[in-house]
Amino acid sequence: MNNKNWKPWALLSPSLSAVFLLLVVPVCFVVVYSFWLRAPNGSDIPAFQMGNYAKFFADTFYPSLLLRTIRVALETVFICLAMGYVPAYFFYRTESRFKPVLMILIMLPFWISFIIRTLSWINILGDSGLINHLLMKVGIISSPLSMLYNEGAVLMGLLQYLLPFMILNIYVSLDGIDKSLTEAATSLGCTEWQAFREVTLPLSLPGVSAGCLLVFVLTCGTYLPPMILGGPGNEMIANLIFKRIIGTLDWPFGSAISTILLGLLGVIVYTYNRYLGINQIFKSLR
Amino acid sequence: MKIFSGWSLIRGYTLLVYLWMFTPIVAVVLLSFNPQQFGSFPMDGFSLKWYGKLLHNPTILTAFKNSLVLGSLTAVFATAIGIPAAMAFVRYDFWGKEGLNTLLLAPIMIPEVVLGVALLLFIRWLEQPKSFLLLLIGHVVLTLPYVLLVVQARLVGIRREYEEAALSLGANPFQTFMEITFPLLAPAVFAGMLFAFTISFDDVTATLFWATARNQTVPVQIFGMLRNSISPEINALGAVMIVLTVSLPLAAGYLSRKFARGN
Repeated sequence: MNNKNWKPWALLSPSLSAVFLLLVVPVCFVVVYSFWLRAPNGSDIPAFQMGNYAKFFADTFYPSLLLRTIRVALETVFICLAMGYVPAYFFYRTESRFKPVLMILIMLPFWISFIIRTLSWINILGDSGLINHLLMKVGIISSPLSMLYNEGAVLMGLLQYLLPFMILNIYVSLDGIDKSLTEAATSLGCTEWQAFREVTLPLSLPGVSAGCLLVFVLTCGTYLPPMILGGPGNEMIANLIFKRIIGTLDWPFGSAISTILLGLLGVIVYTYNRYLGINQIFKSLR
Repeated sequence: MKIFSGWSLIRGYTLLVYLWMFTPIVAVVLLSFNPQQFGSFPMDGFSLKWYGKLLHNPTILTAFKNSLVLGSLTAVFATAIGIPAAMAFVRYDFWGKEGLNTLLLAPIMIPEVVLGVALLLFIRWLEQPKSFLLLLIGHVVLTLPYVLLVVQARLVGIRREYEEAALSLGANPFQTFMEITFPLLAPAVFAGMLFAFTISFDDVTATLFWATARNQTVPVQIFGMLRNSISPEINALGAVMIVLTVSLPLAAGYLSRKFARGN
């Protein structure tokens, strides 16, 4: 054994032990607890039984909540992609001297508190919010439209939170493409649009898929937008977990739901990594 | 001509996306100056009333203090354990490197709700009460991946030859790190600390699981205030948070560039 080999382990030991002790072990606890029983008096009984999972899938309520979470996550991914590709492409192609300023503006939401960004939509969509105020002033409507506390409002909050992730992921990918490839294509007779479709778009797909995965995973775990902007019918899986743990203190069932969420995301991330490689995602976060 | 119109479409679209993204944030700041009881349009006048109220709200001032202390300590601890880890990943080859790197970055991909449950369940099993320490270690785990990413990215760009030169001239590894590597790495360390600070300062979901009534942070406080209705006071608090968390990195970026030029 090479005597230099202990050095990286010494350097890694603080963070590895932190992550092991505070992440790996606790997550294992969640999985173990998901098999435990909850006694009628509220205490937990160590056991190995599938009752919590059976409870989850027996009712239609819980699975439908899981499905809604997945559907909302997919909607968020598609709208983020539609809203994010064009600005990312703009950054790639622009020669504007304002490009650095525009890039900082795209990063700004990362620095602005998530809860402020979420609640800010109440000022826009609320009964006396900006949109209703303007529409009533112009005279298009006479009573306020109700735009809050529905899935649309939740999507607004989610999109505003996640769009910068999508734009940056796509931009990082586009930025790695040599612009002379497009020039070569156009000089060989392609139109701009053809060159984009045949050259730029395929080369940007790693960033697109990384952005989509990140947005999907982050949406599946969000708690705040459904809580603040959604109505009673717009809860997502994270809200259910929170209710079960903090509200009713049902640790075994809460753990089972957490395990199901973790398992779902684990399968998706694993599959993605298997075929596309997870490292692309971390590039944009630098 | 056709290309030109395509490009202006792209520009227009980008402009709209910016407009969509920033209108709600501007509305928060605008409405914080609304003297009315309800934070809504139309505004009638301009007043600093709600900012004054904030200054005299002891709960919010305590929450601010908690957030500042928590964010600063998180930044210090996350960088203190993150820098050596980044050194290990960039400067050494060893068995299991890729997997361990992914493990350390994993908290980014694990839902915060699950992290919240997991850590809470763990200290419950250890029969420990919720405490400030729990919040702190939780936040360090949440922010460590970002510190790692930022520091690693910079470290890759620092040539190993500088360190080798120092070593061959007789400096020991610790001296080499303090005299050569750390000064070159300082901007990334600073950026990592800022990242850790703002993430900690901003976190709601996991903090809701871990905080006690005594350890409320500002976002958790805002979350509690939202239960009533959105008042201009929340908007004022939001505006203060926006100014704080935005100006800090901008000022830091400006200063670091100024110092870089000064050298």
